[in-house]
Amino acid sequence: MNELIIGGRTFHSRLFVGTGKFSSNELMSRAIKASGTEMVTIAMKRIDMENPQDDMLVHIRRPEIQLLPNTSGVRDADEAVLAAQLAREAFGTNFIKLEIHPDPKYLLPDPVETLHATERLVKMGFVVLPYIQADPVLCKRLEEAGAATVMPLAAPIGTNKGLVTRELLGIIIEQSNVPVVVDAGLGAPSHAAEAMEMGADAVLVNTAIAVAGDPVRMAAAFAQAVVAGREAYEAGLGAQAQCAEASSPLTSFLD
Amino acid sequence: MFSEELEKYDWEETSRKIREKRPADVERALGRERLTLDDFMALVSPAAAAYLEPMARLSRRYTQERFGKTISMYIPMYITNSCTNSCVYCGFNRHNAIPRVILTPEQIEAECRAIRQLGPFENLLLVTGENPRDAGVDYIEQALHICRPYFNNLTIEVMPLASEEYARLTRSGLNGVVCFQETYNRANYKRYHPAGMKSRFEWRVNGFDRMGQAGVHKIGMGVLIGLEEWRTDVTMMALHLQYLRKHYWKTRYSVNFPRMRPSEGHFQPNVVMSDRELAQLTFAFRIFDHDVDISFSTRENPRFRNHIATLGATSMSAGSKTDPGGYVTYPQSLEQFTVSDERTPAEVEADIRREGYEVVWKDWDKIFD
Repeated sequence: MNELIIGGRTFHSRLFVGTGKFSSNELMSRAIKASGTEMVTIAMKRIDMENPQDDMLVHIRRPEIQLLPNTSGVRDADEAVLAAQLAREAFGTNFIKLEIHPDPKYLLPDPVETLHATERLVKMGFVVLPYIQADPVLCKRLEEAGAATVMPLAAPIGTNKGLVTRELLGIIIEQSNVPVVVDAGLGAPSHAAEAMEMGADAVLVNTAIAVAGDPVRMAAAFAQAVVAGREAYEAGLGAQAQCAEASSPLTSFLD
Repeated sequence: MFSEELEKYDWEETSRKIREKRPADVERALGRERLTLDDFMALVSPAAAAYLEPMARLSRRYTQERFGKTISMYIPMYITNSCTNSCVYCGFNRHNAIPRVILTPEQIEAECRAIRQLGPFENLLLVTGENPRDAGVDYIEQALHICRPYFNNLTIEVMPLASEEYARLTRSGLNGVVCFQETYNRANYKRYHPAGMKSRFEWRVNGFDRMGQAGVHKIGMGVLIGLEEWRTDVTMMALHLQYLRKHYWKTRYSVNFPRMRPSEGHFQPNVVMSDRELAQLTFAFRIFDHDVDISFSTRENPRFRNHIATLGATSMSAGSKTDPGGYVTYPQSLEQFTVSDERTPAEVEADIRREGYEVVWKDWDKIFD
């Protein structure tokens, strides 16, 4: 499998995982391990920054894992920049997953504030991974602003509905010069595999693992699906059948 | 810059890969919604010759989805044949003993009026030889100002310029730039373009990046069929198109593949492309890139143009004169290439309509510039 490089760091696993919604930190820790992931996102708002022994952090920190603090909870670019600065201080990393969703119901990202915040954070030296709508034009604008990846959603966050935005994701993958990480809405390993077969560079999964009957086994299942999907993409998928036709009405003028 | 990307592709290796494509590769490419460059190679390979009919069907479908049943019309206006290059295949070669003409502002305006008499053309292609001293950017800019009142869409086909120069011309009403790389074979490029600015492969091939950086609205590309192995050359052009789309995503693109005929002049083409092959190439480009404008000039004969109009082509010229002042000023001077379609614009329009297609004269308004 080809390597994935983001912000100068090489990732061997193309499965990124989130840390919300687990029934215990201990279970979360085992699921992260089973997933084989090297990028784990964590909400700034969940961390007790006064306490270096914060229980959640203790369960995540491993040398092979890149922490990806996210700005979940912020409502505009100003708040996002502040959250990113706090994250850099707290975790000693320039990586930031930009999540700006002023809408508390569907948690849909605000494209205008996200673009503004990306422009500012890139200038401040952050490695910015913005969570966004599956909007191809927005993706190009973010790329031009210096985003390290784009993270379009497959379906509204937490819905487990799979690749609802399939057509748009296809366009984004075709056009992008930065890695495309499909984020949000992937509910089953088959969804992740499908995104990878389309040529996504990575996927981010949280809810589908956290709320599974057995999160640890589900994490491993996602890991396999992501590898299978990527391998299939790199191997070159076979064609769908074309119907043969004996006559040649369109090209007979060339005879 | 594209020259760095191009270095990753070895000419011989690419040619070999195309030759080795099998029917299974062609079928895989035809079954895909988004094609890779490897798929494109399969579609222009000898193996795809047996798939001409399904390729035509697919090409027609994609073209109609994106463009409807329409053909956009344009007309070239040559304003000078003065040229400092000595391209071995070109009538404007500086060693050719022909009268050199640089049209005056009054003559350019007379040509504009003459073209408007020919038909309701709104898309004008201004063409010059390459003479930076006597017909440089100032001259081109002046020509654009003269033509602007007569046409809504102005495209130039001139020497490659610097990015600031493209930006300057865009401010002067320029809508598009056409530039033919002629061949992407870097090793042999100089054989055909031994002197003048055109002998600089990199300056020319990176000109498209400069157009993109300057925000040119539409970029036209082209390979001259007859110099090098055409399958390899058009594959490099497909790579170039793919690269440009990724980097300059607000720009529209067109492709051209003029083919040289053995009968044309003193230069004998190294490769001769058949009608079947030209059709195959057209279909391959459309299946590879659903949105690209595929243009056919009057180099091609009426019968071929009438058919290809419904199978993948999206723009055509008509009534063209390929010599400076050819419409009214110097109606008898030497052509850059031989025209094979002598029909009037009205006849071309009638033929296209007979195929069930609409002719579009105007699809831009200068108010948007």
